[in-house]
Amino acid sequence: MGRIAALTRNPAMIALVAALAITGCASKKTPNSAADLGLNGAGAATPGSAQDFTVNIGDRIFFDTDSSSIRADAQTTLSRQAQWLNQYRQYAIVIEGHADERGTREYNLALGARRAAATRDFLVSKGVAANRLKTISYGKERPVAVCDDISCWSQNRRAVTTLSGAGS
Amino acid sequence: MKFILKPLLMVATIALGSMVGAAAPAWALVEINVNKGNVEPLPIAITDFQSNDALGAQITEIVTADLKRSGLFAPIDKSAFIEKISGPDATPRFDDWKVINAQALVTGSVGKEADGRIRAQYRLWDTFAGQQMAGEQFFANDANTRRVAHIIADAIYERITGEKGYFDTRVVFVDESGAKNARKKRLAIMDQDGANVRYLSDGRAIVLTPRFSPNRQEITYMSYESGQPKVYLLQIETGQRELVGNFPGMTFAPRFSPDGQKVIMSLLRDDGNSNIFAMDLRSRSTTRLTDSTAIDTSPSYSPDGSQIVFTSDRGGGSGRSQIYVMGADGSNPHRISFGDGVYSTPVWSPRGDLIAFTKQSGGEFQIGVMKTDGSGERILSSGFQQEGPTWAPNGRVLMFFRDSAGGPKLVSVDLTGRNEQQIPTANYASDPAWSPLLE
Repeated sequence: MGRIAALTRNPAMIALVAALAITGCASKKTPNSAADLGLNGAGAATPGSAQDFTVNIGDRIFFDTDSSSIRADAQTTLSRQAQWLNQYRQYAIVIEGHADERGTREYNLALGARRAAATRDFLVSKGVAANRLKTISYGKERPVAVCDDISCWSQNRRAVTTLSGAGS
Repeated sequence: MKFILKPLLMVATIALGSMVGAAAPAWALVEINVNKGNVEPLPIAITDFQSNDALGAQITEIVTADLKRSGLFAPIDKSAFIEKISGPDATPRFDDWKVINAQALVTGSVGKEADGRIRAQYRLWDTFAGQQMAGEQFFANDANTRRVAHIIADAIYERITGEKGYFDTRVVFVDESGAKNARKKRLAIMDQDGANVRYLSDGRAIVLTPRFSPNRQEITYMSYESGQPKVYLLQIETGQRELVGNFPGMTFAPRFSPDGQKVIMSLLRDDGNSNIFAMDLRSRSTTRLTDSTAIDTSPSYSPDGSQIVFTSDRGGGSGRSQIYVMGADGSNPHRISFGDGVYSTPVWSPRGDLIAFTKQSGGEFQIGVMKTDGSGERILSSGFQQEGPTWAPNGRVLMFFRDSAGGPKLVSVDLTGRNEQQIPTANYASDPAWSPLLE
């Protein structure tokens, strides 16, 4: 049920929840591609909407164990995010940093914070105004995938770019 | 949220002057040396406290459970008892107890005074020496019968082991319920044996890592209630809360200084790293203790307040955290953990001799102890997912939490590593912190 919880934070995605519920806990893949959400391509979301951002751009990146380095695949996602955010400037942005459960609580709070900061810094380097960006760490408190194996842990080591403010 | 922590015992602990051979020297027969590696539990007979109601049996049950869980005592089943104790002041027939191998014997009585208070008394006997080892009398108000039993258990433990007990204590922890990806977390407090649970927060905000003040009346913890995770203080009796410090970023990993005058914690820097600060609770002044481009967290003072042990990944090596010790002013930080693994959550023993930690090694999470220079590492417990040790006030037992089968539970282990016990809690439970002995 992890992806559902993550997506319901984004109001525009609520309509998708019912469809997702069918897939249940089989959240082995990254939940940020249009195909994965059953939308068959880009057309379903209004350009510039939060749904557009989550579905067509990808709201999250993933990290290696114990690392806050922005991987090559994550750089691609964040560059896309930056371009979109620079186009739709009405949004304020909160970057959530998360860790998997294979670390202790306090260290993981710090690690989640470091991931959120690294993500913020990358977006700023791509021209997103720093004053639009806030960060928060959830450590290992909000796993998106809940099972005890590597496929889940890798999904939980993430930074999620969430939109707020006017226009959503 | 009014919650009275201590409508205390009227602490009048009176040695019974009329008792035979009070505090006799000849107690060498009945002794447990807790420093020996492999302790054989001491066979002890704990008779039902005499009373006009169920109170007597209840006291006996609590004392028995405390002593048994310590791993140092082997309470003898009541069905083996031969002598029926005739009264609280009678000398037992020691032969009847020796023959069932009861090396120590506890007798006692409990009853209501005219003013409504409870009066309890006990005597501890050395059956082989044929003498009384200890005897005391307590007065308590009605709400504290469990505490009376814990205090008696502590007295027996101390008389026989020579170490302070830890039964008249409480544990603050995080009660967890609901799905793993949407856990409801509530601050809660209970007796060390799991009884008398009270909730201290409503579960609307994530709360983490509560820790007791040395004065037993406050806790410090981390909460997301303002949106930004921050360290707070909570007065247990009044429910009054306040933010600790006025820092721009996330504050976390709080812990009191041994004198209760400071809270030490991590503060998130703008660059994403975390450093350690201390805040004086009276002057509100803050002191930076580390300034590294690393994660510095989980600080814990030595009991004399002169040193701080903490977790840091400043040594590099793909972000592997290790344990460091520095002066209380931040001077001379040096690494003390050099084993094969990742170390975190160091906690200094209240005795000062050891540091407990969580170690990740070989796909397992281990709870262990090392000397304060990092030597003499011993692993006490291993599991798939467990962390966060807290010390019993006598420095002989640790409690931590272990995640398995859907959620975490609290577990205690003694320093031999042989006596592991799950603490009964209604829901899942994590982040335990042990109080000092109550007053």
